[in-house]
Amino acid sequence: MIEGSYATIIAERPEIMRASVGIDYEKYMTGVSAFDYERLLADTGYDIDTTRAVQSATAVGNTPLVELHNITALVRSIAQPGKGARIFVKDEAANPSGSFKDRRASLSVHAATKRGYAGVVAATSGNYGAAVASQAAKAGLRCIVVQEAFDSYGIAQPEIEEKTRACEAYGAEVIRLSVGPELFYVFLSVLKETGYFNASLYTPYSIVGIETLGHEIALQAQQQTGRLPDVVIATHAGGGNVTGTARGLRKAGATDTTVIAASVDLSGLHMASDHDFNRKSFTTGHTGFSMPFTTWPDRADVPRNAARPLRYMDRFVTVTQGEVFYITQVLAELEGLERGSAGNTSLAAAFAIAQELDDNRVVVVQETEYTGAGKHPIAQLNLAKLLGIEVWRGDPRDNKPGQRIVIPEHPSQIAVVDIDLDRVRRLYLRHAIESLPGGAALKDIDIEFLAAETRTSRGYVQESIDELRGKTG
Amino acid sequence: MAERIAGGTWVEIHRVVLHPGERAPQIPDDTKAVPLEMRVKGFLVEPTTLGEEATIITPAGRRVCGTVIEKNPAYTHGFGAPVPELSGIGQEVRAILRKRGPKAPLLTKERSGEV
Repeated sequence: MIEGSYATIIAERPEIMRASVGIDYEKYMTGVSAFDYERLLADTGYDIDTTRAVQSATAVGNTPLVELHNITALVRSIAQPGKGARIFVKDEAANPSGSFKDRRASLSVHAATKRGYAGVVAATSGNYGAAVASQAAKAGLRCIVVQEAFDSYGIAQPEIEEKTRACEAYGAEVIRLSVGPELFYVFLSVLKETGYFNASLYTPYSIVGIETLGHEIALQAQQQTGRLPDVVIATHAGGGNVTGTARGLRKAGATDTTVIAASVDLSGLHMASDHDFNRKSFTTGHTGFSMPFTTWPDRADVPRNAARPLRYMDRFVTVTQGEVFYITQVLAELEGLERGSAGNTSLAAAFAIAQELDDNRVVVVQETEYTGAGKHPIAQLNLAKLLGIEVWRGDPRDNKPGQRIVIPEHPSQIAVVDIDLDRVRRLYLRHAIESLPGGAALKDIDIEFLAAETRTSRGYVQESIDELRGKTG
Repeated sequence: MAERIAGGTWVEIHRVVLHPGERAPQIPDDTKAVPLEMRVKGFLVEPTTLGEEATIITPAGRRVCGTVIEKNPAYTHGFGAPVPELSGIGQEVRAILRKRGPKAPLLTKERSGEV
């Protein structure tokens, strides 16, 4: 039951968080904005080997790295001579609940068990819910998943309906809510009522759990191609995927690998709009999450987000809804891999980016996810049509989220749009300034922290902040 | 007369968590105009009828009360009809690979009869 008003529960947030995550985030603060990010992660006590041991106990990880010969051939048929890198995909759908999210959930549930929690709660409408439910089932913990699931007409987003089913199949309780960020209020109420562990997507456990993915990619690429991957492309939403994968790559010595974040462009649709909710055709991997979380990770459901993607991405690109549906069909029909479309966001990006690279280079698409009823492009496109969204074949540049989904007529039309990282960094710094407690001044250590956060220099941070203050002051 | 539902039956309940006037200030107007609704499934504690207030025990063991809206609620998501805008893609890309000739891997002669 929900006890306590909205204002009361939100005011209790710090205590509820402390009790449910079991981490005293305050002790990691080193400045007014700065905190010791590496220590926060290291204090989990899980290094690559320990994580691997925990994950293999529930058959998580060790997924195949599959070379997409036919898609590579298709790339080369349209690329300049000598161009067209080899494309590989890490088939994460082979994990127990069908996505890489099992890696994140495994450490969260392991930590919850070790710390004596009787259950876990996760606020997620995506694959992560099923992953937590699956891990909790194995560990004998109770599990509650809180979803944003349906609009005010009672129409459930079909992909989320499938997640509801999957979570219930694993024996979890699913709280389904209509649209709105007050989901967080329900989430906090449930944490308070149950005393369960907050299996947030953004705890250190959830991020460290992904490091094995990057680590495996580096080792498998080395083994299968004789070289470390030149480029790894990660579908980017809340930032955990990019962060954990890049950290794992570095730990395996792949320090020169270019890490590219790829999102579906959903610009124009509001993430908290009841009207727009069922008009996205994607529930994750889109700019509705990736832009806000890249420009301000600490908007998460824990005090300090362990997913800090701006620290790790070399490039940030978008693709359109139509391009992702197209490549999902190509993956099924040319490679015999029927996989979910959100995970294929980075495959659409890889198809374009491989054309920029020499043909001896290696591009890795770092995840797939399972597909099926509700999650499949057919289900999403049928819902789109029902809601009056036009679907046609044509130039994907004419795609307009919420109004038209344009499926390419030819693979040569697939392209990426680069997001200006300088603009993203300045937005991040603006949020950092805005979130300072009243009257607080940045210290030296904060400037250094912000430079690490944005992968820039102290000079860049200072200059950007002066510029921002000049504008606002 | 509404059907009687036996205790222990798997049902879905509904309740309004926040009424339109109670919604968070920062949300868009279309969302603010409607309530925040909640649906939860569980096993009915006492016999009741559809549309009545009742308490359930969820799979996580929580007791939650609300209006009973469905008995043994179905999963209704699926695929729907094949989407014509996707149906031709496979043949198109295979045709491109065929044109590329012997350099293309895994291109079988059996498929060369396709359009």
